[in-house]
Amino acid sequence: MSQKALDRAKQILGAIITSSHAHAGDETVVVETAKIHQVLKTLRDDGEIPFDFLVDLTAVDYLGRPQDQARYEVVYHLRSMKTGCRLRVKALLEDPDDAGTIPVISTVTDLWKGADWFEREVWDLYGIKFEGHKDLRRILMYEEFIGHPLRKDYPKEKRQPLIRRDPNDV
Amino acid sequence: MGLEFYSSKLADAVNWARKYSLFQYPFVTACCGMEFMALWGPKYDVARFGAEFPRFSPRQADLLIIVGTITERQGPVLRRIYDQMCEPKWTIAFGVCASTGGFYQNYSTMPGADQCIPIDVYIPGCPPRPEQVLDALIMLQDKIQRGEGHVQVRERLEHEAQQKQRLKVIGP
Amino acid sequence: MRERKKMVLGVKDLIDYADDPEADDELPTEPMKVNMGPSHPATHGTVRIVLTVEGETVRDADVQVGYLHRCFEKESEYATYTQVFPYTDRLNYVSPMLNNVGYALCVEKALGIVDKVPERAQYIRTIVGEMSRIADHMTCCAAGAMELGAMTIFFWAVKGREWIWELLEEISGARLTHSYVRIGGVSYDLPPSLPERLRALFPKIEAILKDLTDATLENKIFRDRMDGTGVISQADAVSYGWTGPTLRSTGIAYDVRAAHPYLLYDRFDFEIPVGSKGDNFDRYIVRIDEIRQSIRILKQALDQIAPGPVVIDDPRIVLPPKQAVYNTIEGMIGHFKLIVDGIKVPAGEVYSHTEGGNGELGFYLVSDGTGRPYRLRVRPPCFAIVSALGQLIKDAPLADIVPTFDMMNMIGGECDR
Repeated sequence: MSQKALDRAKQILGAIITSSHAHAGDETVVVETAKIHQVLKTLRDDGEIPFDFLVDLTAVDYLGRPQDQARYEVVYHLRSMKTGCRLRVKALLEDPDDAGTIPVISTVTDLWKGADWFEREVWDLYGIKFEGHKDLRRILMYEEFIGHPLRKDYPKEKRQPLIRRDPNDV
Repeated sequence: MGLEFYSSKLADAVNWARKYSLFQYPFVTACCGMEFMALWGPKYDVARFGAEFPRFSPRQADLLIIVGTITERQGPVLRRIYDQMCEPKWTIAFGVCASTGGFYQNYSTMPGADQCIPIDVYIPGCPPRPEQVLDALIMLQDKIQRGEGHVQVRERLEHEAQQKQRLKVIGP
Repeated sequence: MRERKKMVLGVKDLIDYADDPEADDELPTEPMKVNMGPSHPATHGTVRIVLTVEGETVRDADVQVGYLHRCFEKESEYATYTQVFPYTDRLNYVSPMLNNVGYALCVEKALGIVDKVPERAQYIRTIVGEMSRIADHMTCCAAGAMELGAMTIFFWAVKGREWIWELLEEISGARLTHSYVRIGGVSYDLPPSLPERLRALFPKIEAILKDLTDATLENKIFRDRMDGTGVISQADAVSYGWTGPTLRSTGIAYDVRAAHPYLLYDRFDFEIPVGSKGDNFDRYIVRIDEIRQSIRILKQALDQIAPGPVVIDDPRIVLPPKQAVYNTIEGMIGHFKLIVDGIKVPAGEVYSHTEGGNGELGFYLVSDGTGRPYRLRVRPPCFAIVSALGQLIKDAPLADIVPTFDMMNMIGGECDR
């Protein structure tokens, strides 16, 4: 799909796209975070190339990037069932200034039902809150777990055991 | 020949019956479950060892086979199932994940199921070949015959402690 | 909703109250919370479903996954690219070769060498991938039938799976977790006797499939439990992100092998079986037909494969041969650097998609130029499929949970990663 998806996206979204590239054949657009719901809805309902299939919703933690660049990126992979084109949409999220507040982005569960669990997983592992999600709770980790493990500053081997037995007790 | 001869012969007979009629509770979580299924299959038949029929209720089972990785989230569940089993009971840790955590060393994997329950036989392998599992089953059967399963050992120690207590009370 | 004959116990003559307008309604019920716990005989894989039932009908279901979260994504950030292969094996552990191939293709896309992988390696990857797919579908159908009471079908299918595993063990060294594929090709060549032995296996597998279908297609009990249960519409399936045999059971013919051909799938001639109603029986039959199509692809691959190298000839990606490692300084240094530092993948992000056992298996790789991935995300097909379970079992009898869940083929390693 040489550039078709990218051209169409630029056509219908215009200035909302802040940057785009096509590295290794994958077409990617970075959009304004506040308008992400509108962007995805427009892409989904487009007449020419309707991106009606949400393939994946995930996030990446770029801890250590220079201060002027955002720490988190929420990444949406879309596919058009009609034409087979694929597109990656990214939204950047800053680390909030005060520690203790949570980065927030709008939910897309009203556009795709499958986004429900994907967003819960991003909340669980990254701590990114999806505004408008009806039931945002942990899905892969247990509720007693403190912290968001896939963040780069969470050590890999830091366990929070729920139960251990007494070695003297049979 | 005192009473001990008959009671030890009785204990041997009881252990013989126990080892050849194990009711397993397969606590299957992960990939080792596939090898466990293969163990049930016609090629590596586990029925010949008397341990065929799984009892899917902990109240009715006496062999808890922990198949696959135990995560921290699964810990309380496993402990509860172990506690619900009636004594005497034995446990087998099937696979390296259940034995020591395997090659998973992270925030979610429990480093071995023996962090929350005592284990009688550990089976290494990722996943272990069915022949390895049958070998472990035979090892467990020998252990049961000798009365060395952890529950049996504990019962014997408690019994001996009780005997000593009684002798102390009677005493000279 | 079926008409139920209402019978009141303790009454001398059992009268059909359905037509009696004065009859009081059924026995009073109130919603009860039942836990279908993480350790349950009828759930393949650990999942906890907290059900709110009223009588025998499920009113609400809260599906809780994550009991097998083994942190694939965190572990892969600390491992080199080649060290990630064993972790990928344990994702969808019933078809591990497909995961290996999917991950290798992702890294090769990031390296830009997808076309440079030798042809023989691509044929071998296709062959072992399709063998794994056959094992996956046979396991799913077998376990599904076993949960409905048909133990014999389970034994037949496990017998068939053993034959495939024997061959895979000869090829890769392990029955289940192969780690056979490498970046740039595969690790060893096929054993010379493999093609004839694989060909000899096809009629035996076809015989097992015939036994399976004979025992289930016309079987009233099986059909009653599978027909019309767990129905999902096409729009809902697309909205939830379903792919693979479950999506094809609703009628949408989306198969990554045909829509976005990778490896050499555009050279093979195969069909995509689709269902019509989106119920459990369609998912069962689609899988059985896919086994037949996989056999068809295997026959063509075995005919077309030709001798050649099995790994790309690039010292930055592939370990040098052992003779060079032990006898030349360049070989030793190359070996050392590749093992300790890993393959240096240029910085950037790629998403690569293949057809796994359950659907579109995607790998999203963010690389920072070093030998370890910065972020490796797996797009698990059955995560999206199981997210719809709550909807599918609502307002259906309790007994329908079993065929619905089994035919979704939730593999814990893939769903929870």
